Amino acid sequence: MSDPHIIFSVLITLNALAGGLFLLTAFATVAMRQVLAVLNLFILQSIFLASSAFLLGCQHASVHLFAVAGITLITKSMLIPFLLRRTLNQEVYVRREISQILNIPTSLLIVVALAIFAYFLSCPLLSIADEPFVKSNLPIGMAGILLGAYVVVVRREAVPQVIGILSMENGAFFAGVAIASDLPLIAELAAAFDVLIIAFVMGLLTRKIYQRVGTTAVGQMASLKEE
Amino acid sequence: MELIYILIIPVLVASLSLIPIGKRFTPVITILGALMILICSIRVSFRTTSGGEVVALENWISSDSLGALVLLLVSFVGFTAAIFSWGYLERTTAVNNPGKIRRYYARYNLFLLSMLAVPMLSNVALVWIAVELTTLLSVFLVSFENTPEALEAAWKYGVLTCLGAAFALMGVLILYWGMSISGKGPFTWQGLVTASSSISPMLLKTSFLFILIGFGTKAGLVPLHTWLPDAHSQAPSPVCALLSGIETTTVLYAILRLLPILRAHPSIQVEAWFMVFGLLSVGIAAFLLIQVKDYKRLFAFSTVEHMGIILVAAGLGSSAAQYSATFQMISHAVTKSFCFFAAGSTLLAVGTKNITPIRGLIRTSPVAAVALMIGGLAIAGAPPFAVFLSEFSILKAGIESGHYLVTSLLTLFIVIAFCGILFHINRIVFGKPTNLAGGTTLGTTNIVAMVLAAIPVILLGLYLPDSLYELLRFAAASLGR
Repeated sequence: MSDPHIIFSVLITLNALAGGLFLLTAFATVAMRQVLAVLNLFILQSIFLASSAFLLGCQHASVHLFAVAGITLITKSMLIPFLLRRTLNQEVYVRREISQILNIPTSLLIVVALAIFAYFLSCPLLSIADEPFVKSNLPIGMAGILLGAYVVVVRREAVPQVIGILSMENGAFFAGVAIASDLPLIAELAAAFDVLIIAFVMGLLTRKIYQRVGTTAVGQMASLKEE
Repeated sequence: MELIYILIIPVLVASLSLIPIGKRFTPVITILGALMILICSIRVSFRTTSGGEVVALENWISSDSLGALVLLLVSFVGFTAAIFSWGYLERTTAVNNPGKIRRYYARYNLFLLSMLAVPMLSNVALVWIAVELTTLLSVFLVSFENTPEALEAAWKYGVLTCLGAAFALMGVLILYWGMSISGKGPFTWQGLVTASSSISPMLLKTSFLFILIGFGTKAGLVPLHTWLPDAHSQAPSPVCALLSGIETTTVLYAILRLLPILRAHPSIQVEAWFMVFGLLSVGIAAFLLIQVKDYKRLFAFSTVEHMGIILVAAGLGSSAAQYSATFQMISHAVTKSFCFFAAGSTLLAVGTKNITPIRGLIRTSPVAAVALMIGGLAIAGAPPFAVFLSEFSILKAGIESGHYLVTSLLTLFIVIAFCGILFHINRIVFGKPTNLAGGTTLGTTNIVAMVLAAIPVILLGLYLPDSLYELLRFAAASLGR
């Protein structure tokens, strides 16, 4: 059992599993209509990000990555959902978003194309470093970014748009734990803090919009545009 | 040591300005704080005029001449906008709501802090965080007036620039990856320049494109500029001066920092990317300028245009072009902040942002009209103002370096923008005056701020002090290898 090769391959398999589930949550975020479901998917996605950081930490025997996993777990799967749910009342979360810009089957097709494009983007980079963890994390992270951006563009409700941004950052960090595993801890801490501020600021802004305009369907606000 | 003071003062002032003592306390302390920051920045820039670097914390906080240049611009506009805010807020915000004014100044100082941090931080990951913070700390300044339009603008601003920031984060992480493959060095701008020739060009190019998309969104480059005219027209005018004058400049600074890193590999053709994106921004903004209905949007589109001009100038490649790019950064920042003060004064005088009903402003409010006219002429690039000189030097450098097509397109777009801006300004200032209700008079602080802001706009068009010339020269040199 103590054969390092076996442990190594187990770690790789587990990490690939975390990566696959991470990508799956990104796809599901596109497909889900209910706002609350989107928030729950974000929590799940953050847990998979943390577990990938933890597995990489085991592989590199680095306390640093364990810290990253811990920070991610605390900020992204606990504090951010807490903040978002505190700033807005429950009525917003049970809402179902019926009219998206594109219907869901079309969206899923586009998203699949985006995920393939992410692999296409990261292929030339993978030949530079021959590391199994990078091979699974970099393309999935890039796909996470593109899928998050797609969610921001297509959704009309405020909370899913914010979650789209946060899941883009999740994607960047999913690649980041593999490619920049020794990033200074101060930068990691600052980034976690930064993500918290995003959730806080955008949550408060959503509340202000709700109080002033009476809707959280920010995608329909279009009084400012060129004629 | 000055660099540390520059970081501490805004935090201190922000917390002090939340204390409820008197109506005058918060604006006065903000102005004093901004003045102290300005003095510190001037001292820092003097120490970099010989090409040296001011280091406060090795590999974390330092400033070379390019950083000092941006620092100088941020602190100057921060100072004049603080003065302008006083009179502006007294006239636009309800007197019975002192808490709102205090929150404005607290946010103002924090926003200023985030912009000051960008040129000072040397670690690239921290620069990314500072850029992201400039968005997050200014969202509530954009939505300050709490109208549905302001909230919409703030939302678009927050969402789109955060979306861009996530792309930039990926770019920064890939850059870090390249750094750690090539061997150990500090992850600073300087360290990257040193290590860049041993980083694989494919990696550098991917990271560059991510950062260009990401920070380009925030600098307002076409096609990701759509949030900019909204946010820059809906925010209170002193905030617009900050957003348009210096926030875009600080982000563009982060993009320009990549130039020497990428030039290590000619195969990436970073210059071509800069010129294409730059020309696209200049061209589209020049045409969008013509159709505006709101004079604050007019100046906002002019910001998009100028960001494009600076990018093209940096992409031309020769050292003369780099010099003109840094010169254009200065002249745009000082002129654009002046323009938004003039627009703010016009708004105070007539009470509407709409161009159509305003005629003959020169009769109803001569001060605002003269300021608007000077601002319009200066930003459009008429002599003898600073922008004329910098744009002229860009075109000259373009012809000298043999980029005839780029230079002629740039000239064409600048001329179109010139006509667009002056057409609208002309209609507002001259003509048969109309009586508009809802206007107020200008405060002393508004006029003082405009006079202070006008000094460099006019002076730099006629005379460039030696120390500033040296600063520009070294800043330009740091864009090349």
